[in-house]
Amino acid sequence: MKDFSFGQYYPAKSFVHRMDARAKILISIAYIVAVFLVGQFQFMGFLACLLFVLIATICSKVPFLKVLKSIKGILFLIIISAILQLFFRSDGKVVFEWTFIRITDMGLLNAGFIIARITLVVLGASLLTYTTTPVELADGIESLLYPLKWIKFPVHEFALIMSIALRFIPTLLEETDRIMKAQKARGANFESGNIFKKIKALIPILIPLLISSFRRADELADAMDARCYSGSKNRTRFKKLTFTYRDLLGTLLIAGLITGIVFLNITGFLMVTL
Amino acid sequence: MPLIQLENVNFSYDKNIDVIKNVSLSIFEGEHIAIIGHNGSGKSTLAKLFNGLVKADSGSVKVMGLDCSDKKQVYDVRKKVGVVFQNPDNQLIASIVEDDIAFGPENLGVNRKEIAERIDFALKSVGMEKFRHSSPTRLSGGQKQRIAIAGVLALKPSVLVLDESTAMLDPQGRKEVLEVAKKLNQEQGTTIINITHYMDEVVNADRVYVMSNGEIVLSGTPQEIFSDREKIAKYGLELPLSTTIADELNGVGVNIDGDVLTEEQLSKNIENWLEGLCK
Repeated sequence: MKDFSFGQYYPAKSFVHRMDARAKILISIAYIVAVFLVGQFQFMGFLACLLFVLIATICSKVPFLKVLKSIKGILFLIIISAILQLFFRSDGKVVFEWTFIRITDMGLLNAGFIIARITLVVLGASLLTYTTTPVELADGIESLLYPLKWIKFPVHEFALIMSIALRFIPTLLEETDRIMKAQKARGANFESGNIFKKIKALIPILIPLLISSFRRADELADAMDARCYSGSKNRTRFKKLTFTYRDLLGTLLIAGLITGIVFLNITGFLMVTL
Repeated sequence: MPLIQLENVNFSYDKNIDVIKNVSLSIFEGEHIAIIGHNGSGKSTLAKLFNGLVKADSGSVKVMGLDCSDKKQVYDVRKKVGVVFQNPDNQLIASIVEDDIAFGPENLGVNRKEIAERIDFALKSVGMEKFRHSSPTRLSGGQKQRIAIAGVLALKPSVLVLDESTAMLDPQGRKEVLEVAKKLNQEQGTTIINITHYMDEVVNADRVYVMSNGEIVLSGTPQEIFSDREKIAKYGLELPLSTTIADELNGVGVNIDGDVLTEEQLSKNIENWLEGLCK
């Protein structure tokens, strides 16, 4: 539970840390788009994406292992998607067959493709949360969503809710851990039994967690009131977001990546058709 | 003029049970006040009355002449009366120390330069300058609570209310928080209201209010409060450790002056008694 690192800030003073949160958010979105743009079996494109993440990680001073660890949280999802691809692709050459299981080369390629795609997306996204404090992130999103104020969307409240949610992730994880231990001490069993039994065993964790979350929310509201919170009106900002040369460099790099991938796709398409 | 003045205040969360009954009190600038009472005595509700988080059903709560039940004035009241609550985890809004401290001044609409100055001042006041860019989740309980205090100090309040702020801390954390409060009181003249159920925190206060079932049942200096052993027992309170030790010693024939509150006084009295024996 303690290893859960997705969405955790890694304090450092690096090139990436100093970038404008808005630029980082937009670059991350562009990066995810780039990963999804990579055409069928264009593994060169993934290589380019990986190179981009590597450069960004080096510039961010976040340890490689720490970034890699973020995959742990969604390992289950990756495995399930890969298995689905393996078993449900029936075209291509059969490489393995046993009773009803049939694995084809197309299935293998597809599984590899899915693994690469999800892994790269998570690596990029976690790098964003490693290098950007939740407050900056919320400020950035608030600033990017600002035009929505025209349609009366509560932009400030939305951003605040998000940053508080991020702030409470480690606290609630700690609490979950504590409740699990307390229930185990009373003889609760989370490990054995079928899936239904396991889901049922979660109820005595979720209910105390839910109740304590409400209590926390109540106390947090009091603490915010006590510190003169009264909505977005007349509020100033301590941290100002400014676009610098770093953001320009990042934008150029991501533009280069997307251009490269699009180029690869076009050449790939031409090779097939010609 | 008192800084905080309560006159015949009544309050209840639901109509049947009165949490605060006919409470009147005056707290003056620069005082160090302790409010004690067992669980459910209404002492934490009192803290919420001081800065208008709850409104009195009847009677008046005034802070520097401002009326806490007036919606337009309550915002100004909260600038004057900073409240630090029990659980530091539930008070910190941001994931970075300096961003959290900035939350209060940001709400007041303070400009960027002054916010930076206030963060410096607040962190220095609680001795946490080194942790400016840290994440609160990595700090100890006492350190987190000091950050919570800094977050309140950034509002530049005249009164700091500690609502059982040491209850969830280990002895080291308690000591840190109490030292910060003492320093603020002595060096910056901040009025401190410490709501607690630790009797050892009471002995350094200028005045003490004892609450029971929503009423103020005793008030006076720590000396006066603890000299009445019968009433202390009646309201479900304990004596400070040093006082208990002195009483026990007297019970076994070590006849020392039992009127002690602190360890220093106790050790001095024992010394005097030993000297008397030698003679």
